[in-house]
Amino acid sequence: MTDFTQMGLKAIRDGVAAGDFTAREVAEAHNDAVAAASELNAFIVATPDHALTAADRVDADRAAGKELGPMAGVPIGMKDLFATKGVQSTAASHILEGFVPPYESTVSQNLWDAGAGMLGKLNMDQFAMGSSNETSYFGNVKSPWRKNGSNAAMTPGGSSGGSSAAVAARLCPAATGTDTGGSIRQPAAVTGITGIKPTYGRCSRWGVVAFASSLDQAGPMARSVEDCAIMLGAMAGFDPKDSTSIDAPVPDWAGALDADLSGKTIGIPREYRMDGIAKEIDDSWEQGKAWLRDAGAKVVEVSLPHTKYALPAYYIIAPAEASSNLARYDGVRYGLRDLPEGSGLQDMYAATRAEGFGDEVKRRILIGTYVLSAGFYDAYYTQAQKVRALVQRDFTEAFAQVDAILAPTTPTAAFALGEMQDDPLAMYLNDVFAVPASLAGLPAMSVPATLTQDGLPLGLQIVGKPMDEQGVLNAGLAIEQRAGFTAQPGKWW
Amino acid sequence: MSVTREEVAKIASLARISMDEDALDHMVPELNNILAWVEQLGEVDTTSVEPMAAVIPLEQRLRDDVVDADPKTGGGRRDDILANAPVAEHGFFGVPKVIE
Repeated sequence: MTDFTQMGLKAIRDGVAAGDFTAREVAEAHNDAVAAASELNAFIVATPDHALTAADRVDADRAAGKELGPMAGVPIGMKDLFATKGVQSTAASHILEGFVPPYESTVSQNLWDAGAGMLGKLNMDQFAMGSSNETSYFGNVKSPWRKNGSNAAMTPGGSSGGSSAAVAARLCPAATGTDTGGSIRQPAAVTGITGIKPTYGRCSRWGVVAFASSLDQAGPMARSVEDCAIMLGAMAGFDPKDSTSIDAPVPDWAGALDADLSGKTIGIPREYRMDGIAKEIDDSWEQGKAWLRDAGAKVVEVSLPHTKYALPAYYIIAPAEASSNLARYDGVRYGLRDLPEGSGLQDMYAATRAEGFGDEVKRRILIGTYVLSAGFYDAYYTQAQKVRALVQRDFTEAFAQVDAILAPTTPTAAFALGEMQDDPLAMYLNDVFAVPASLAGLPAMSVPATLTQDGLPLGLQIVGKPMDEQGVLNAGLAIEQRAGFTAQPGKWW
Repeated sequence: MSVTREEVAKIASLARISMDEDALDHMVPELNNILAWVEQLGEVDTTSVEPMAAVIPLEQRLRDDVVDADPKTGGGRRDDILANAPVAEHGFFGVPKVIE
């Protein structure tokens, strides 16, 4: 009997289209896998009926000889940051617990229109703030991966940690993620899967709970470059309801995939070579260069001089935007309300927000409020936006010489849950390689490279020119073909 | 720059997050660690650099001046909008009394 949970997105879609099996069989197998994996805590709510209804529609369309969409018959996981009509959408927060949107986000609607179904809403770091999935109000997500010879629970990364855990554990062939400062790439890297953040503006932000609006961007997480290309094609597209949506056609990324990099030049940013970085990270980076050379690319060193300042600039800009965006949670229009006995409106706001936000969210709101406050605005926020312009200029100058950039995705493999919880700064440093591309709005992807000695996955990151998702996917494919990464976590849940 | 306990209490009040003494005890050193770390941005020479306004050059679009051009963002959805309110009365959001 076919184990549908081992199949990727394209294999499922093509098999359904060919009549080798039905979409319903695929949905049922994945619903069962989700139901049996509660130990991972990857889902906040499961929606087996949504998956079955979508599958039945695809099977009926096929029987009627109708044309099937690019995601037809594929059951996916939906990060809980996306508003889904009639299904609780919380951003993994208490303040939005019980919020049932009366509308559907553009990205999720695009996926349903393409024939996908929803297995459930995926756990994540609260309001997408975190790199380990330990800030969710609904509990930590456990990675399906464990260190060799250890039972310690490891992080699936964050903030799209429910997505990464679910895809790596074969609960779904693909899932949506969102990336503000690495939240697709870092979890993909530490769980041995593939994820791409497109150019800022490719995927509509309409109906996506806002964290830092100038950085937030949705993207797919799956188990191959081709699957990511197909799903990104279904998610992306111009949306007049998002004022920063790019009005440009969506190319056929999947159809144009080409791992031959002859004539391409790949840049290796000198400043990403950091002191004290694990030898295994360095080794995987060296291996990545060799793979790209083997694919026909020329590999040269480039300089991105402001790399060091990207992360601190991000931790001013993102909290500043968050403090503004999260002002809407006031206990009036939706979500939690905490009204202490005999108190007035202002007390209600303060009590609701104290009760409804987690510690990391509060930390970032306070930082953001501080850096935007009178007297400090120029020293912090304006300076950070200037540094952001310099980070982007570095990339523009590098891309005058190279077609794409290769770097590690993360400075370490997965760490154990709880290991970094008491040190917010150490946690932030996890995104040191991911944040610069976010600040510059560039397409960037993580592809699995290898396993560490401890048996944990490491990823390699490709960063491309604005709007050149194709170049990023092609280089990713060249790595994927040479890495031959087939490892998957042993089932213990 | 570092922040004092009083300043953190003031920021929390501006952000409408009530914080007790215990919460402040935790928050003050955490914020100071983060602020000390972002301080390094001061090293960067940004003379004659314009602060970034938009990461991708975009023209501001105007929508057609049509009522309910997109039904999802148009009007006439009062009940949908109130459906998630903790308190909704007579077609309005309900809040504690603000005028004596």
